[in-house]
Amino acid sequence: MNAAVLPVSEGLDTILRERGQREVFCGLTGIVWLHRKMQDAFFLVVGSRTCAHLLQSAAGVMIFAEPRFATAIIGERDLAGLADANAELDRIVAELLARRPDIRVLFLVGSCPSEVIKLDLSRAARRLSDSIPGVRVLNYSGSGIETTFTEGEDACLATLVPGLPVSTDGADLLVVGALADTVEDQFRRLFAAMGVVRVGFLPARRAAEPPSIGPHTRFILAQPFLAETARLLAKAGLKRISATMPLGAEGTRAWFTAIAGALDIPPSRVQEVTEIPYRRAESALRRMHAHLSGKSIFFFPDSQLEIPLARFAANELGMRLTEVGTPYLHRALIAEDLARLPTGITLSEGQDVERQLDRCRAIRPDLTVCGLGLANPLEAEGLTTKWSIELVFTPIQGFEQAADLAELFARPLRRRARLTV
Amino acid sequence: MQLALWTYEGPPHVGAMRVAAALRDVHYVLHAPQGDTYADLLFTMIERSDRRPPVTYTTFQARDLGSDTADLFRAQLRDAAERFRPAAMLVGASCTAELLQDDPGGLARTAGLSMPIIPLELPSYQRKENWGAAETFYQVVRTLAAAGEMPPALDTRPSCNVLGPTALGFRHRDDVTEITRLLERLGIRVNVVAPLGASAADIACLPAADFNVVLYPEIARPTALFLERSLGQPYTRTIPIGHQATREFVIEVAALAGVDPAPGLNPAEGRAPWYARSVDANYLTGKRAFIFGDATHALALARVAASELGFEVVGLGTYTREFAREVRAAAASYGQEAIIADDYLEVEAAIERAAPEIVLGTQMERHIAKKLNIPCAVISAPVHVQDFPTRYSPIMGYEGANVLFDTLTHPLMMGLEEHLLHMFREDFEFSGDAVPSHLGTANAPASPAAQSPADFAESEPVIMAASWADEAEREVRKIPFFVRAKARRNTEKYAETHGISVITLDTLYEAKAYYAR
Ligand code: SF4
Ligand code: SF4
Repeated sequence: MNAAVLPVSEGLDTILRERGQREVFCGLTGIVWLHRKMQDAFFLVVGSRTCAHLLQSAAGVMIFAEPRFATAIIGERDLAGLADANAELDRIVAELLARRPDIRVLFLVGSCPSEVIKLDLSRAARRLSDSIPGVRVLNYSGSGIETTFTEGEDACLATLVPGLPVSTDGADLLVVGALADTVEDQFRRLFAAMGVVRVGFLPARRAAEPPSIGPHTRFILAQPFLAETARLLAKAGLKRISATMPLGAEGTRAWFTAIAGALDIPPSRVQEVTEIPYRRAESALRRMHAHLSGKSIFFFPDSQLEIPLARFAANELGMRLTEVGTPYLHRALIAEDLARLPTGITLSEGQDVERQLDRCRAIRPDLTVCGLGLANPLEAEGLTTKWSIELVFTPIQGFEQAADLAELFARPLRRRARLTV
Repeated sequence: MQLALWTYEGPPHVGAMRVAAALRDVHYVLHAPQGDTYADLLFTMIERSDRRPPVTYTTFQARDLGSDTADLFRAQLRDAAERFRPAAMLVGASCTAELLQDDPGGLARTAGLSMPIIPLELPSYQRKENWGAAETFYQVVRTLAAAGEMPPALDTRPSCNVLGPTALGFRHRDDVTEITRLLERLGIRVNVVAPLGASAADIACLPAADFNVVLYPEIARPTALFLERSLGQPYTRTIPIGHQATREFVIEVAALAGVDPAPGLNPAEGRAPWYARSVDANYLTGKRAFIFGDATHALALARVAASELGFEVVGLGTYTREFAREVRAAAASYGQEAIIADDYLEVEAAIERAAPEIVLGTQMERHIAKKLNIPCAVISAPVHVQDFPTRYSPIMGYEGANVLFDTLTHPLMMGLEEHLLHMFREDFEFSGDAVPSHLGTANAPASPAAQSPADFAESEPVIMAASWADEAEREVRKIPFFVRAKARRNTEKYAETHGISVITLDTLYEAKAYYAR
């Protein structure tokens, strides 16, 4: 539809802004990893059968236990005003908590239908919080009309910010963004070795035990898509540490170096602490060069991880960037990654999927990073693809995961080379 | 509001997509927010479709609300018409757009497009996927079957249409091949298969057939009724799943076509009945089977299980409320009360109560059965990537009956193997915990103690009435694993009803005698 090519000042050639069909998940999808991360939290979507089906389709292929998420499906009676939505919610929440006495934090998650009919979930959350002892009820929107894929995590974490306890011995450093537990543990060890003792992670593994903050707390993003959370933390008086995202050997080291700089830790200390994992990551990446160096890569917009990933692919793997699409470009938050991108590439924000497919077909990149709906059809056209959702669900941050991340790009190419059928 | 953890059916517009994706040259413009595009992956990932479903989503956002969502729809519609040039255009709304009341049908009619417009009114807050598929198919046929021109019939054989197969259907692709072969063998020409693989022009040719074969009533019944009413085309009632039902189907279509059924009655490939009568299959007698799925598959599989494999049906149910009456009647004939539910927890509870030895169900029941350590075969949608095998694997017709014999017996212990296990279970080299040799070690049953607490955290607390004396405990361990759980349960139930608090060796054998068939 209406595409605008705008000249950009910051040394990038062009930014293509498009508005057309977007082929992306909505923010509800974040529940899939958030409920695994916060083990005492339950996510109740107030939505339609579509929302329930989305969650099950995005998550169902990955897990199956009785999940810590569910959908309160709005029916005809609710729409016709025959049932009182608040009474219905109370009933459902009671039913849920009776079955899950281990739940300490309940998120009421808004959807497109709940927003269009203007169901006030924040009031419901306050009411339920007051009436149910021992359970905190929060709310945020994961709707597709408000949030794109990873923005759901942003909305969720943003609701946690006002609840962070404030104390003078609060954390010196707050790491913001859901990370796999293994990655979190690796980071904790490195922080300890650097001498940063009071480190908080948001989200915490138990939502009922949030990290405490103080006026001295500095925060850093471990995920690039947390614009609203970052805004609220800044509003609460916390200063943000700006860095590349902790992807790859270089990205991760720069991330730790920025933290050290902000916390007055001598650079030599960081150098010393990160030396061994850095070398390990770097030499593992060097081995990947043979498969990846010089190969062209195209990113469809998906998680907002695209720009940090593109930096990693170009600078640490020697790949050739073609188009790098992102659903939203929050310049300030990814300034360090953006500044390190090579020139001569197309950056696109937003999407018109049909036109973007046309561009992708014209370029015929060696590797296309795209959503699950596009991957097989593009493979059938002879392109090699990597499903972008795996880049969100797999631990890719940190030194020890640098090679895993490279492997996610390398494997489809190696496979294509191996198959002779 | 209804609390849903997992659902058996998606929203009705996903049903519409299954029809649109099955047809060759239609396009569907769906007024929907961006997140609804997830539905594409059902087709491209689960079914491994090599093309995107022919759907354009308007992906309106909050900022569009109240101003120009209708404009957005019009613009996307025009773009889609121009880009894809479909032979017919389906238009409709998903759950969110339904609330906006932009009237996609009205907007499309005044858009000046050259192809036929098929507006879909699918009430999202009331109906579900299969209903949506059925309604869409009906609207497509109603619009296109009357419009087209019929080519003159050069072939004078009696002819039929095959109705119901869609994209993402459980084994639809292979069922169509199998049934088409069977019809050809009887000298009946297949005029059009629809919606799977049909073009808009093919739909226009539906009236040329003498009668209709309905393979999946959940999807094709409204269309078949319409064609019967408006064109006088009769349609078939028998679903050819299982050997006997296939024979009955042959007789039914032969009568409708006025041909001799004989060529379709005793084909050489009909091996399943002989396998069922062979002595090795003796062990299948009275195996307790729990069956759940869409109505068509659940009903057919209950019959196959009971009368073609000699199982005992200990539970029968469906999530297809539209066919509850039929399923209730069938369940009653097996002495059961039907489970009509779309809450998988309710189904899980029913399975636990019924304590079956095999579960025939959907992907949901596969997961439930895995958790409960009960063998399972998938016999119905909702589907999973595994339900689209590369090899030819119909479940309809005679070959389908063979496939079902294998599918329903494979998860169980093989006959001779079960006997050997009984004979040699005391042998020190032989472990009663052995899994069926063809299933490999990955499926080794975990002892209850080895199961992680998380697996149990979800299930109802078990009230432990009686405890096991050491000697009885040792004895029960000698029972091969695949009957051990049942023996344990029966003994505990016996102890409970007889007020026994400690289960001794005697209690064990008293219970065994008590429950002996
Ligand atoms: S990898 Fe995922 S989709 Fe494939 S079988 Fe396993 S759970 Fe199913
Ligand atoms: S886009 Fe909206 S309606 Fe669709 S699944 Fe997401 S929240 Fe639900």
